[in-house]
Amino acid sequence: MKLKKKGSDVEIPTASMADIAFLLIVFFMITSVFSVTRGLEFQLPKNQDTPPDSSQEEAIHIHVIPAGADCIYEVDREQMGLSDIQIYIEPKLARNPNKFVIIDPDPEAPYKCMVNAFDELKQAQVKNISIPTAAEKASWGNIL
Amino acid sequence: MRLKQPKRSQSMIPTASMADIAFLLIVFFMITTSITVDRTAVALPTSLERTEVPKDAAVVAIERDGVVHFSDGAEQSHVINMSDVLPAAAFVIEKNSLMWFVVKADGDAQYQFVDQVMEQLRQASVRNIAMLTQQEGVE
Repeated sequence: MKLKKKGSDVEIPTASMADIAFLLIVFFMITSVFSVTRGLEFQLPKNQDTPPDSSQEEAIHIHVIPAGADCIYEVDREQMGLSDIQIYIEPKLARNPNKFVIIDPDPEAPYKCMVNAFDELKQAQVKNISIPTAAEKASWGNIL
Repeated sequence: MRLKQPKRSQSMIPTASMADIAFLLIVFFMITTSITVDRTAVALPTSLERTEVPKDAAVVAIERDGVVHFSDGAEQSHVINMSDVLPAAAFVIEKNSLMWFVVKADGDAQYQFVDQVMEQLRQASVRNIAMLTQQEGVE
């Protein structure tokens, strides 16, 4: 005997799919933070390193002195604007691409001033940038 | 005279593609979301020159008043004493000597705080550091 089959329409309910998806979207939107992942690279000297004495005298010395919210930049004891640093350095760098540049920020100077000076040097493509720490400066003596 | 009512057609908004759009957005957010280990709010300095910082780097955040937050790159950052940066960094370097350290300092913080951190990182034989900055000219 043949049984009579009643063919009912099979359907997966998808009406709530969008609701679930949007719930997940909201979750990811709230939890996601657009974090800053870019910055200036810098290589710290090795712990035992002695200062490269041969180039010390020829190194360009940038002293960062705080002045209110901003800073004064003294390059080789000559006060100059931030934008003039590149102009001053370029001919020296053309003669000697391995020219050492020392950034010497005052302890009271805001960090952003040092970053500004560092940024200028990076733009001028200075290869050897040195930012001696207070302890290093003390061990170097009166070189600076 | 009574007018014949026009036959109402069933109006429907097609919602079949709604889920597709929603899932596309989910995938976007899942890809762009990175789990940040440090949420210290600092006003970063700006620079024109910027390079991508490697992921999973250890983070040393310095607040404006010199409060230091430290993260080894895996755990959430926590406040530590200035003098504890050296042992913490040395512990990280012991496991991976080429570990990158991200210095996330407030632009208005006095340089001496950054100097103290740098000195300790140097003593801990850290080689590669990156100073987080924001794009210059963008507020």
